Amino acid sequence: MQPQSAHFKRRAAAELANAQLQSNMRRFGGRFVAARAKVIGELDDFEGTRTAAAAARDRALENLDVWIERFEREAKRRGASVLFAETGEEVARLVIELCRHHGVRKVTKSKSMLSEEASLNQRLEAAGVQAVETDLGEYILQLAGEPPSHIIAPAIHKSKEQVADLFERAHGRPRTLDIPQMTREAREVLRGHFLSADMGISGGNFLIAETGSVALVTNEGNGRMVTTLPRVHVCITGIEKVLPTLEDLALVMRLLPRSATGQSISNYFTVATGVRAPGDRDGPEHMYFILVDNGRTNLIGGDLHEMLRCIRCGACMNHCPVYQTIGGHAYGWVYPGPMGSVLTPSYLGLENALDLPHASTLCGECGVVCPVKIPLPELLRKLREKQVDRGLRPRSEVLAIRAWSWLAQRPRLYASVTRMAARYLRFLGGGRRRISRLPFGGAWTRGRDMPAPEGRTFRELYARRRVDSGK
Amino acid sequence: MRVGLFVTCLVDLVRPRIGFAALRLLEAAGCEVAVPATQTCCGQPGYNSGDRASARALARKVLEEFEGFDYVVAPSGSCAGMIRTHYPDLFGDEPVTLDRIGRLCAKTYELTDFLANVAKLDAVPGAFEGTVTYHDSCSGLRELGGGGGGGGGPGGAPPRVAGLELAEMKDATACCGFGGTFSIKFGDVSAAMAEKKCANIAASGADAVVLGDLGCMLNIEGRLRRGGDERTRVLHVAEVLAGSETGQ
Ligand code: SF4
Repeated sequence: MQPQSAHFKRRAAAELANAQLQSNMRRFGGRFVAARAKVIGELDDFEGTRTAAAAARDRALENLDVWIERFEREAKRRGASVLFAETGEEVARLVIELCRHHGVRKVTKSKSMLSEEASLNQRLEAAGVQAVETDLGEYILQLAGEPPSHIIAPAIHKSKEQVADLFERAHGRPRTLDIPQMTREAREVLRGHFLSADMGISGGNFLIAETGSVALVTNEGNGRMVTTLPRVHVCITGIEKVLPTLEDLALVMRLLPRSATGQSISNYFTVATGVRAPGDRDGPEHMYFILVDNGRTNLIGGDLHEMLRCIRCGACMNHCPVYQTIGGHAYGWVYPGPMGSVLTPSYLGLENALDLPHASTLCGECGVVCPVKIPLPELLRKLREKQVDRGLRPRSEVLAIRAWSWLAQRPRLYASVTRMAARYLRFLGGGRRRISRLPFGGAWTRGRDMPAPEGRTFRELYARRRVDSGK
Repeated sequence: MRVGLFVTCLVDLVRPRIGFAALRLLEAAGCEVAVPATQTCCGQPGYNSGDRASARALARKVLEEFEGFDYVVAPSGSCAGMIRTHYPDLFGDEPVTLDRIGRLCAKTYELTDFLANVAKLDAVPGAFEGTVTYHDSCSGLRELGGGGGGGGGPGGAPPRVAGLELAEMKDATACCGFGGTFSIKFGDVSAAMAEKKCANIAASGADAVVLGDLGCMLNIEGRLRRGGDERTRVLHVAEVLAGSETGQ
């Protein structure tokens, strides 16, 4: 996907002005938030489970190379091949090669954010391979020609009516707003693709080192079709997704669906291991893993390393008041919300996403809900520091902060400057005691007033009071 | 006990009466209160903008001004949170300073947290005729684990104010969209977030929204007034507890 994160501000403004999106986001509102709040109580010790899951992820990441090798060995032992890709382009190149090798004309896909990183659909089309998204949300977006706006609910920015329009055009059937009917339509169309595809491409929620398996967490069952029906299964996932053991998997699975959609367990949970063995009733004849770096190793051992723990649950964006206000497309790349604001600059380079680390009030919700305890606000702050250190912030901003701190270190000067400021702003406030256009703060007063100061500083009044009372 | 009152830069400049309300409350709780005259800012603007050097310089200044007190109290979850949660992060490379910072953190409190849990003040001077809805600040809530607007702090019940009736608003713990420099950098997004908060305040039917942080106050009051709401009052929890605001 072509990164647009440099234009965050413009894109956010457009989303604010988009009445349809605003109404869709309002409808989405706190649905996942409320559902999560309800089910986390099912665990005796939710906080303890978070701590344990964070530790399990850290254990895997500390010796990532060892666990990847183990994974590779075990996967190969069960007939799968393990390939590595450094960039998104390389992912696409490998998949296209596999298509040529196996004579593949049509691919069915279950949800994979990594294939978005790799712009895989476009590249496959260009190579003459038809790619069909089979996750309902992704299917809708493929019809609309749009990227996902959420990592687990990709079409959350669309209304039922918008989907009905798309279906009417694509399916050539009378428009309906009956959701079960719409789903049935999509299923009927997809069924044909499932049966005629030569290759299934899936993402992977986790890779299990001790068994060489991939774990898939889905709600629609399409993941199973994609990984079992076609002759060839290709699983594309990030190198950081490895867990050492099935026990680790059980642990993080207690948190993933609960944090994501507020489900105790997802409708489908698949652990796919190896190719079809003699006597197996289903499964692919060929299985490939493509493990992708695409910027991930940059994070290992660095001061943002906690980010690699991410299990892609989406809780941080569900709870983010900024995400809820502007939706996911404003962020301009594959990953939106707080986790995206850390990942995008880390993967694509600081200078390509300058606004993202600042697109947060640091309200702390994301850090509180993250099931693997990623300190997202701290990571955003670290990215801000890196921007300053590398001279990437606007000069005016850097100077303003420095000037403030210079002044704040000189109490006498500070006292007289604030004394004047209090009077001046009080004057600007006039009889209504509020400022409707703030000099140097136009961005503030475009959408709200600035209540005017009382007119004297606490410091002055306090000193006078002490004189009056003779203290 | 000797308490150093950290007034905060915003209260000093914009709403001195909140500072005096805090002073009155601390005195009512039997504290000997001093207000170091050289205090300015806790360093949060620099810290959150990626300017660590600035934040460090101001943190050092706060340390020197306040380490001599038994307790340090601020009428702001955000500034108290800056000191308690983030100062240690600034001095990782200076063990001696870090030690002193650790002691400072341990005795720094947001005002209502201090009143309820340290001073154990159970009768406050304030009385309020009317319904209020609380907005806890994000820092009070999530960095300090409670308190701020709602009063009471971690584990503590808010002190009772005679006559006051509570009406909890929807999404009470959600951010109001202020976020310091965020409110200027992304003014429109910030105002849209404030608008959601204001709609929830209005829907609660309260006569006043009571908060623990001046940043949120300015944001919410500014948005309420711009939206034409001249009725809902916007008050700091210290004003209500101290009785400088008595309702209708
Ligand atoms: S950062 Fe945490 S909350 Fe956000 S998607 Fe990743 S695991 Fe979930």
